[in-house]
Amino acid sequence: MTVALDKNKVPKRTLRFQISEKQLPFLLVLPSIIIILAVVGLPMAYSLYLSFTDFTMTNAKSFELIGFQNYANLLFKDRLFWPVFGRTILFTTLAVNIEFVVGLGIAQLMARAIRGQSLARTLMMMPMMFAPILVGFQFKWFFNAQVGLVNNLLYTLTGQPQLIPWLIDKNLGFITLLVAEIWMSTPFMAIILEAGLLSLPQEPFEAADIDGASSWQKFRMITLPLLMPFIYTAMAIRSLDIARAYDVVSMMTGGGPANRTELIWTYVNRLAFSGQQFAMGTAMSYITVIFSCFFTFMLFQNVLKSRWAGDMDE
Amino acid sequence: MTDETTPKKKRLRRDRWKNLGADILLWIIMFIFFVPALWIILTSIRIRSEINAFPPVWIPSGFSLDSYKILFGMPTPEGAFGLGGEIPVATYARNSVIISLISTFFALIFGTMAGYVFSRFKFRGKNGLYLSMMLARAIPGIALSLPLFIVFARIKLSDTLIGMVITYVAMNIPFTTWLMDGFFRAIPKELDEAARIDGCSLWEAFIHISLPLALPGVAAAGIFAFLTAWNEFALAGIITRTPNSRTFPPALFEFTGQFVSDWRGMTAMSVLMLIPAIIFVALVQRQLLEGLTAGATKG
Repeated sequence: MTVALDKNKVPKRTLRFQISEKQLPFLLVLPSIIIILAVVGLPMAYSLYLSFTDFTMTNAKSFELIGFQNYANLLFKDRLFWPVFGRTILFTTLAVNIEFVVGLGIAQLMARAIRGQSLARTLMMMPMMFAPILVGFQFKWFFNAQVGLVNNLLYTLTGQPQLIPWLIDKNLGFITLLVAEIWMSTPFMAIILEAGLLSLPQEPFEAADIDGASSWQKFRMITLPLLMPFIYTAMAIRSLDIARAYDVVSMMTGGGPANRTELIWTYVNRLAFSGQQFAMGTAMSYITVIFSCFFTFMLFQNVLKSRWAGDMDE
Repeated sequence: MTDETTPKKKRLRRDRWKNLGADILLWIIMFIFFVPALWIILTSIRIRSEINAFPPVWIPSGFSLDSYKILFGMPTPEGAFGLGGEIPVATYARNSVIISLISTFFALIFGTMAGYVFSRFKFRGKNGLYLSMMLARAIPGIALSLPLFIVFARIKLSDTLIGMVITYVAMNIPFTTWLMDGFFRAIPKELDEAARIDGCSLWEAFIHISLPLALPGVAAAGIFAFLTAWNEFALAGIITRTPNSRTFPPALFEFTGQFVSDWRGMTAMSVLMLIPAIIFVALVQRQLLEGLTAGATKG
């Protein structure tokens, strides 16, 4: 340490203020911490406070603490809350699992040495460049009952005019939202898993070939375990972005008609702005935060374990 | 080539059919991912009457750039239909570019520094700090938008470019840190240590030794930060209210009326939104992949 301090006597490279080697790491992290605290930490704390009040836009000057009443209202009185919550859980579970399975399948197909591999990869990365709001617009248009691509295709194929109300029917709406979400996020899974497959060592596979293992056995016993770090990475990044479904849903259906396709994220918006219940909206938003953090925590734990295998702090 | 080393001819032939089947399946899947994007681009240059036609017109009889002219308020033979000339598209584009570029720049500086520290030092509370940073990123935009809306209104930052820049810097730091941590991990610590023995300070070792080697990672992180800011809707939709600071995503949302939608005008706007994203991703596609998987391979 002292060696480096002595070095500061050399005129040109000197830092103005004397920073000891021990402080520098903290100074390097400090700006990030300050900005995150200011833009995320403090507002979220404020929002936590608001969620215990009866704050609305119209009584912004005089509002009162009402304890857990907003949460109690949501959990026990609100007739929409539980259906919306259940639908969100179903939606995320289905989306993440389908994306994973399909992504792994595509990764397997792409990882074989084929002609046009890089072209295929570039084509597939297309959805990664789409803003979620753009994905929403695209599918809203494709599934439009009158002029949509899907109904038009059905008309041309069957010869009968099809006016399937994709976005208006409860179940069809859910499925179209799921299709949009999967279209948007699967390529990302596939790309990461493909990178993983390409980096696997060849020896275990050769050994398995000699032993006469079937492809399924090779996949189950070699590929999958070795791929685990990549699966964690993909899942972790996915978990950070799960709430992007908000953009897609608000564009495609806005949670409607009559709340039939509402998810927890669009419900926050509805309560706070359309419903004029801002404090209730903040309470609902805390429920989405808990949902996201739980999801992130579950998936992220494993990533940290594999990445920091050597240097946990204890 | 490796197929030919397989002894049995029968098996070889079977593998060939299997491979062909897999190829076809793969290209069908690629098609599904690519065609919607192509369809949007094609529609933006089609003739208006053919888009809403019934029965559907599949083969266009001609193309026109009118939708783009309308978007930018230029005179067209069909008049200002739909989106019309009042939409300040140029202003939205300017806002989007300024906010995305500046916020990316600062997120990269701060996130890289933090990533370096996480990759090189052990200290108490490191895991906790790291996890809380990631959780900060996991907070849904819509949940953050409510309090930010109020706070920004109080301190006169709502509907300003600077407010959006600060917001996106904060949003992008955690993921940049995560990526850079992975990249710095892939660079041997010994390089830093050798430089230190030669008399470099810690700061010099970071700037002159590790950072240049991690530049591909910075590029990848930059793409992610840029795309996040460029594509973000949940916060922008609530904090930006007027052309003062409104970006493309909320602007696109604005145009989807419930009953009348100018699909072609919107596809034109979508293409405008897509162009920078495609250019950026095409430039650093390979680094992107390395960046995302850097941490995983170091297991």
